[in-house]
Amino acid sequence: MFGILASVIDGILVGAVYGLAAMGLTLIWGVMNVINLAHGAIIVLGMFLLYLVVYSLGLHPYVAVPTTIVFGFLFGIVLYWVGVHRVIGRPELMSLLSTFALNMVLIGLGTAIWSTSPYNVPVDMPSVSWRGYTFTGTHITAAIMAVVIAGLLYLLLYHTRVGKAVRAVANNREAAELTGIPTRQMLSMAFGLGVALAGVSGTLIATLFPFTVLSGETYQLNSFVVTVLGGLGNPAGALMGGVALGLIEGLATPFMPVSWIPIVEFGLFVFCLIAFPRGIFAFSKA
Amino acid sequence: MWRRPFPWLIVGAALLYALFPYFTDDVGLRESLLLAAIYIILASNLNLMIGYAGYVNFGNIVFFGLGGYICLYLVTGWHWNVILAALAGGVAVSAVALLFGLGILRLRGAFFALATIGVNQAVQQLVVNFEPWGGATGIYLSLDSYGPLGGPMQALWVMYLLIVVLTAASLLASYAIKNSKFGLGLIAIGQNEDAAAILGVPTARYKALVYSASAFLPAVAGGLYFFKSGIIEPTSAFSLQTSIEAIVMLMLGGSGTIIGPAFGAFLYEELRGFLLTTEYLSHFQLVIAGALLLVIVQFAPGGLLGWLHRQWPRSRRWLE
Repeated sequence: MFGILASVIDGILVGAVYGLAAMGLTLIWGVMNVINLAHGAIIVLGMFLLYLVVYSLGLHPYVAVPTTIVFGFLFGIVLYWVGVHRVIGRPELMSLLSTFALNMVLIGLGTAIWSTSPYNVPVDMPSVSWRGYTFTGTHITAAIMAVVIAGLLYLLLYHTRVGKAVRAVANNREAAELTGIPTRQMLSMAFGLGVALAGVSGTLIATLFPFTVLSGETYQLNSFVVTVLGGLGNPAGALMGGVALGLIEGLATPFMPVSWIPIVEFGLFVFCLIAFPRGIFAFSKA
Repeated sequence: MWRRPFPWLIVGAALLYALFPYFTDDVGLRESLLLAAIYIILASNLNLMIGYAGYVNFGNIVFFGLGGYICLYLVTGWHWNVILAALAGGVAVSAVALLFGLGILRLRGAFFALATIGVNQAVQQLVVNFEPWGGATGIYLSLDSYGPLGGPMQALWVMYLLIVVLTAASLLASYAIKNSKFGLGLIAIGQNEDAAAILGVPTARYKALVYSASAFLPAVAGGLYFFKSGIIEPTSAFSLQTSIEAIVMLMLGGSGTIIGPAFGAFLYEELRGFLLTTEYLSHFQLVIAGALLLVIVQFAPGGLLGWLHRQWPRSRRWLE
């Protein structure tokens, strides 16, 4: 019995990190109605930033976390002006294709630089043992960091002027423009924030599991599942969706072969999309 | 339909396409043309969804893969004739798509696009776990399977010709649909679904029908293609990347036009071949394809044909 509980707790810890990744996706969708298909590539860049910080600069792994946030934000703004700005407000096909094009470019460059072989960054953290079950320190740290970053985002969005401006743009772009809010800057900033969140979740995931340049695809689909569970455009729901996905993974692991878990996830994903298009946790649109 | 020059143009081009490698007896050229033909089939059928009805189907490759699996399963397990097996695959996949379409097409816009990714991945994972279809290792054909067609060498030629026939059929179907009431309804849905519904277009039925129609030929082509390859396994059969490359081709040629997706697919395949075989560029195939797509989407959303039509408005009459 306790074995299942342990697996559930571990699932929730990892789920919090999934939730963080999905927050990046959902923030961008909520503000500019763009589904960022470069999401997975950005997660991968976050992973490789951890690798660079540890092996090229020789610093402590968790130094990579604030570094990714800063670089991710700046990089996101660049991506916005290169590939997103011109397709805002045009049919969805255009923004889907243009972010997918960014994805191809980033993954292509990543493959050329790092090839597709697996990388692993071992992180030393003391683990917690209880009744013969071990909870690894990296999982606990990653979950705590994810929750803290999510909290910081909440403060930024709901307790600062900039956050208020971003929310105004999300609500009604023309009205926001009329009240004197520089909407283009706000859009690019929101995209930067979304990219920073995706990147930092990649960094945290890389402290838990080995990764390759192509890992992004799995985590991107994962983020889609989470966003749909939590409701598109709803950052708080994303965190809950992440925990829910972690919970499902944790609950399912003891009862079925590992290879069946993706089927459950994707089945759930399609089912939720059709049955609850606004998300299970959709209380209100942020 | 046959009064205008355009369909004859397609038939002529297909004949040339089929016979050129046959008379030059160039096997390398045939393989390259065969791959391009497969892409034309994928892009052209996808165009029914994206270009006409305005629904982005990211998981279109699922039809191709499932068709391939059903065909190879019938050939190896039940010793069916390959052509019958491929057609059976097409019918089965089409029927499943029709049922599925009724549910999934209640979603609109980005939600639909995401769901199609989910469907493709779910089917892929199901097949990985489905033992009768060989699980993760897939299905292999033995050389005996090619016997009824007069041995492997001849079978490859037969497959090539059949696939070219499917390519022509895709383009002709695309043309016939565009000039029918059905096609008009689809284009109305693509422009404004609510308005179309108010004007009496049976939107739900049309959407499910076009989803199913866009599944048939790719599924048959999947059967023939994987029979030709002699092996099918889940990663290559349900590759999301190929699926999205088909969208790139479609956009490159011009979505919503008939011949545009074919041009796009052909050009993209040739470009990819060139990049893969050029020493310095082989690593950057994805980067270049991505950059190309980025430029098309932002600066020339009408694609090649859209640009051509703007430059020479007369070209609209014979190049649709």
